[in-house]
Amino acid sequence: MTTAPPLLRFDGVTCRFGDVTAVGGVTCDIAAGSFVAMVGASGSGKSTLLKTVNTLVEPTGGRVLFAGEDVSDLPPAKLRRRVGYVFQGIGLFPHMSVAENIAIGPRLAGEKLAAGRIAELLELVELDPAYATRMPDELSGGQRQRVGVARALAGEPELLIMDEPFGALDPVTRDALGRKVRELHDTLGLTTVMVTHDMAEALLLADRVLVMDRGALVADASPQGLLAGEGGAVAQRLVRVPREQAEKLAAMESRGA
Amino acid sequence: MREIWDILPGLGEKLAAHVVLSASAIGLAMLIALPLAVWAGRSRIVSRLALSLASLVQTIPALALLALFFPLLLSLRAVFGEGLPTLGFLPALMALTLYALLPILRNAVTAQANLDEGVLEAADGVGMTKWQKLYLVEAPLSAPFIMAGIRTASVWTIGAATLATTIGQPSLGDPIFAGLQTQNWALVLAGCLASAGLALAADNLLWVIEVGLARRKRWMTFGGMAIVVLGILAALWGQRSEEAERPIVIAAKQFSEQYILAQLIGSRLEAAGYRVEYRDGLGSAVVHSAVAASSVDISVDYTGTIWANFMKRADNPGREAVYETIREWEARQNGVKVLGRLGFENAYAFAMRPDRAKALGVTSLADLVGKGASLTVGGDPEFFERPEWLAVRDAYGLRFGKTRNFAPTFMYDALRSGEADVISAYTSDGRIAADRLVVLADPKGALPSYDALLILSPRIADDPGVAAALQPLLGAISVEAMREANFAVDREDAGKLTPKQAAEQLSRKLRRPE
Repeated sequence: MTTAPPLLRFDGVTCRFGDVTAVGGVTCDIAAGSFVAMVGASGSGKSTLLKTVNTLVEPTGGRVLFAGEDVSDLPPAKLRRRVGYVFQGIGLFPHMSVAENIAIGPRLAGEKLAAGRIAELLELVELDPAYATRMPDELSGGQRQRVGVARALAGEPELLIMDEPFGALDPVTRDALGRKVRELHDTLGLTTVMVTHDMAEALLLADRVLVMDRGALVADASPQGLLAGEGGAVAQRLVRVPREQAEKLAAMESRGA
Repeated sequence: MREIWDILPGLGEKLAAHVVLSASAIGLAMLIALPLAVWAGRSRIVSRLALSLASLVQTIPALALLALFFPLLLSLRAVFGEGLPTLGFLPALMALTLYALLPILRNAVTAQANLDEGVLEAADGVGMTKWQKLYLVEAPLSAPFIMAGIRTASVWTIGAATLATTIGQPSLGDPIFAGLQTQNWALVLAGCLASAGLALAADNLLWVIEVGLARRKRWMTFGGMAIVVLGILAALWGQRSEEAERPIVIAAKQFSEQYILAQLIGSRLEAAGYRVEYRDGLGSAVVHSAVAASSVDISVDYTGTIWANFMKRADNPGREAVYETIREWEARQNGVKVLGRLGFENAYAFAMRPDRAKALGVTSLADLVGKGASLTVGGDPEFFERPEWLAVRDAYGLRFGKTRNFAPTFMYDALRSGEADVISAYTSDGRIAADRLVVLADPKGALPSYDALLILSPRIADDPGVAAALQPLLGAISVEAMREANFAVDREDAGKLTPKQAAEQLSRKLRRPE
């Protein structure tokens, strides 16, 4: 396959919290430009593994390499400016306007984000630039997460990591925002790692799916491969859910027709 | 109560002192509590420890906390030298600061603990350093809650600052304590009104700032802050004009006679061209140490008090010997000058209603022997613990049926109503004459003398002008004149005088020195 060095490499990463092993020795490379979904049940260790990338979690064993450098050697504040982070809690700063929220990363780096750039970022996530002056509590959940994505992209990150980014949204908003993110990934040439417990979302958005189970990486396949039966029992159990739903819906549709 | 409106405008200086003291205490408490709260937010142990200590302080009555700093600072003089003030602003500031810590600390810790986890994760996620997270996220989001704590602390501190009077720091407590002692209710109310008004004003101003912070209305936040700063600056300016050269400070303990004599001394010094200042309502032990430390300059004390309380003597070598010994001891031990005796005694004496004394055939303490078993004796709250009582009881072999404690004011009522047959009165008390009480003779000389002494601090001990101005008071005040003045202040009817008026009357009745 490709010989280019991976943008992200997990090298025997282990995370123990007391007696609990959340992540037990995961090794895997993620190539630049790929859209990778990490899927697994709650407590499978996927979020913990993701957070080792921007060192919100420090592994107890192994290392994480970002563009060839061990992330634990990089100053955390600097590292996190290169890694856009979107998560379920959204975490917009309630005392800052939408514009201030979006501009926070560059501001920390000592740059002032121009109003034009903020408008551009808002447009990227399909929000009216007039929203720039609003406060977060004036927005709906979907609008807030759009701002969250815009904030993650503001610093022109090399890597976008997302932890259940659409988990708290209603299905329609969730679907629309998922597509938008995939579209941005393609047009901006991003490298994206998304954690989700929803296999359907993973299959539809990603070009590579990693399946986690009890702290271990149990499957690594393309969506097409998974649908063709690759990846083993755990992965297949997860794939079965959306597949059966889709089949049932199709059957209902054909009966009704 | 129209007098209140006449009194209020005169309280400006006390108000300024009150504002400066309260603001300093709250400011210092913020400087301590806020960093401590940040630390507590990162360490459970620190959080527990700091909150427990602050709560513990809160259980100490404010009055006791203020008083405790006096001995503490006195012992710290061993480290910091004699220049360390033990009374006035410093101990008041320290006690009030401790008192203000809890609400600020508790609110700040709670505010931090209740910050949204997601927001904190986002702060880390966008790459904030610890400091950036603190001032960009944690501080602004906690600010309204911290402000609420500061509001609570301000109301408490402004209230408690009235107690600073008792350790010699001028405040709005001065009129309250002076009024309580002389039963001048207009003065008490004026003081309460002023301090309550100040507390309300501070509370509302800080509320404006709090709302400004919570709703992110900058004009409210900065407007409120500007008014607070202006108020404090005005108070400082009002104080500064007083600081040119220290006036002569005259102390008064917590009873009418002391207030009257302080006014009498003050008016004579003012007539001689000195600037004077009154420090009223001080505790007895505080006054004695304060004169020695030159924190106050002039006090009236009593030989018996110094003899028993400060020299710890229990013997009684006679009135003249006691006086001479005290003079010498004060000069040697404290560098304090006993200028002389005022001429009257405020001693303990046993008094009875004339009809009761006649019926029992009692004119002296010796006559009570054998008759005491059926009688009730009343004393002030400390009397039955004092050496005077033990001395009298043992000298005459007295036995009473019952002993009861009364507040001094109520002792005389108890005698009138028959709840007590004999009371421990004070010889200069105006109510002895007003109630025509019989003072029992003390043929064995068991009761020690309580000559009123005029005492000067080391700072003015050798000032010839002060001595000259006060010389005419020595030996000039008869016990009758003092009783009359005391009664004029203590009485409740239309003849009631202020201590200042009583002092003017007394000054016209001075005896010519022999």
